[in-house]
Amino acid sequence: MLSRTAADLYWMGRYMERAEFITHLIEATIRLSALTGDADDEQAWTSALAVVGATGAFAETGEKPGAFNVRRYLALSADNPSSIRSCIERARDNARAARHALNREIWEAVNHAWMTIAGRSSPGGAQPTLNLVDALKAETRGFEGALARMLRSEAYWFLRLGSMIERSDTTARLLDVKYYLLLPPGAEVGGALDRDQWMTILQVVSGQDAYRTIYRQELKPALIAELLIFRPELPRSLAASAEETVQLLTEFGRRSGRQGEADRMARRRLQRLEKGNVAAMIDRGLHESLQALIQENAALDRTIASQFLFP
Amino acid sequence: MATGKAFNELWGMEPGSQSRPGFEPLAGWLGETPQSELERRQQAAEAAFRSLGITFNVYGDQEGDERIIPFDIIPRIFSAREWRNLSAGLEQRVQAINAFIADVYGPRHILNDGTVPADLVLRNEQFCVPCVGARAPQGVFAHVCGIDLVRTGPDEFWVLEDNARTPSGVSYMIENREAMLRLCPELFEAFPVLPVDTYPELLRDTLYSVAPEGATDPRCVLLTPGHLNSAYYEHSFLASQMGIELVEGRDLEVDDDIVYMRTIDGPVRVDVIYRRLDDAFLDPLAFRPDSLLGVPGLMAAYLAGNVTLANAPGAGIADDKAIYSYMPEIVRYYTGEDPKLPNVETWRCREPQALAHVLDHLEELVIKLVDGSGGYGMLIGPTATRAEIEHFRAALKAEPHRYIAQPTLALSTMPTMTEAGIAERHVDFRPFVLTGGKGIRTVPGGLTRVALRAGSLVVNSSQGGGTKDSFVLGDGEVP
Repeated sequence: MLSRTAADLYWMGRYMERAEFITHLIEATIRLSALTGDADDEQAWTSALAVVGATGAFAETGEKPGAFNVRRYLALSADNPSSIRSCIERARDNARAARHALNREIWEAVNHAWMTIAGRSSPGGAQPTLNLVDALKAETRGFEGALARMLRSEAYWFLRLGSMIERSDTTARLLDVKYYLLLPPGAEVGGALDRDQWMTILQVVSGQDAYRTIYRQELKPALIAELLIFRPELPRSLAASAEETVQLLTEFGRRSGRQGEADRMARRRLQRLEKGNVAAMIDRGLHESLQALIQENAALDRTIASQFLFP
Repeated sequence: MATGKAFNELWGMEPGSQSRPGFEPLAGWLGETPQSELERRQQAAEAAFRSLGITFNVYGDQEGDERIIPFDIIPRIFSAREWRNLSAGLEQRVQAINAFIADVYGPRHILNDGTVPADLVLRNEQFCVPCVGARAPQGVFAHVCGIDLVRTGPDEFWVLEDNARTPSGVSYMIENREAMLRLCPELFEAFPVLPVDTYPELLRDTLYSVAPEGATDPRCVLLTPGHLNSAYYEHSFLASQMGIELVEGRDLEVDDDIVYMRTIDGPVRVDVIYRRLDDAFLDPLAFRPDSLLGVPGLMAAYLAGNVTLANAPGAGIADDKAIYSYMPEIVRYYTGEDPKLPNVETWRCREPQALAHVLDHLEELVIKLVDGSGGYGMLIGPTATRAEIEHFRAALKAEPHRYIAQPTLALSTMPTMTEAGIAERHVDFRPFVLTGGKGIRTVPGGLTRVALRAGSLVVNSSQGGGTKDSFVLGDGEVP
């Protein structure tokens, strides 16, 4: 496979994952705002921006960080390179460039997602945005379905590898921002209001039912952190992404007969996650630990690029 | 225009009465299928093409809009006998084209004995000087030729143009057939249509048959300018149908006159390149130095015999319209036979007598640039404005050698879906002829292009033309 094609597929995986993540983030934030009864809820929307690392970029637009503006910025803004629209556009550009490595179904799924979002203008109020969110969730489900039926080949592995690296990044950021926001050092967990805030985190990763099934108790911050970091049963956890990353790199290794630096890094990361626990991590400092995981994931991304000779 | 006198592919010379013998099922189908149903199927076809992303960008279009080439659901049909005659003529012509190219870059017999004026070839922009003396594997230079044909009568076919550089359109031939099979299966029960989906396999065989001698387990790639190119869909379609890698210039490197592609496992040697890039952009060290689409050192690798380029650089000398006018002589010279497919009568404006005739009859003639393509830079006398005619008159007087002229032909017409229902529109035809180490082959089909505006003769997609499926019937049932 051409290095350029591999890079296009990897990034296509990353962009589609990012689009899906932001879709869920917007949906959960709308729900949170509805619960607080504050339609504009600057705090909820500011933290959404922080999760995707867009605080500075949004500030540069000069707009107020209220619901309408941030929804539009995150969903449809052409000036935001990580808006859902921008992500899907880039994914489609990459799919076009790597078209010959994809099957018809995957191409049609990405193209269809793009056709769905290309014509939309400003999302307006909460309801139109939720309608858009529903449409986008259907598109990403279509994409994942096509991906599940794809031939297991280098093209598939690069697509999934990109998704997994992106997933590791977004889950860690989600937890870091929300946890940090909701539980600054030394603070106590509060009442009903906090519960809604914590539930938001679980909704973004589709983990509400998973939490109930695994823990069978009321929401506890430490357990939420454990679910998202250490539990491989939850597909969007750091442990699950780390596990699949190792499996994917192993497939490449098997095919080429060689192991590279990326394999070693991914394996070391998985081992640490398998051996670690949330109590120890909180003791050391959850924020610092999550930041370290984010940095390590970024280093792994760079190492993958150099191992596979991405241009 | 000349519609009144044009030959109708379905009805013959008398529109509306009896269909041509053997084509009754199509006439019946058109008569019995409600217009609304035909429209529904046509829209379904276009939606499918859009979903597949078979779009293209029109050059010069500011928005870089993605459009689909309009598809018309009413097929044109060739009988088995017609096709046998056509393919014999096509194969004869392509054989001569390849012999001509090999000769002008080699011993130049046809120039030395004056059959074709030497300056017309040697001073031609399409003549690739670095290619002189190149030895193409199996002596084949134009592996893929698209020969544009028009028809003016029941047995009157003419070659309008030869395309020996990077002829395109074959993916539409295949996708149009897929759409027809899905949307109008009843037509395939009524007619014994020969398949066209064998083209990618035949092309792959052709490419592998011309791998450099000594290449064990040769590797073949398709070189594309990239996804911003208007024909990109076709490049990626063919590469994936043939099971070969699709590459851009930046994916290739030349080391020690050997071509490699940049893979995740490191450099991998390449032996055959099906290149869909114009000569000028192939190699910044040999041609346009500003080309970012090509591969530095590619020509050196080619001339060293380490890589086969299909079609070979310099094959465009056969595309030139002034050379076209000598094709009858060229066919006779290399095959010893009279051409089975005639040329359209052509006046070479570089010749003073021809120029005088042309200037006197501008309103009746079609004037073309010898090195033009895509239907641009063309004057169609009968439909041109006074201003356009005068513009061409001045251009002809200033640079007569750049132009040829041909009579306006009453191209055949086909029933076509229009806003006002089914109406006659002019069509042409481009079959694709493959030449490799094992001989010459033509897939039974091709691209029928249709001018969508009433009376228009301009069929090029870049100027708004559409396409139809072309049925070639198998033997036994139709005259």
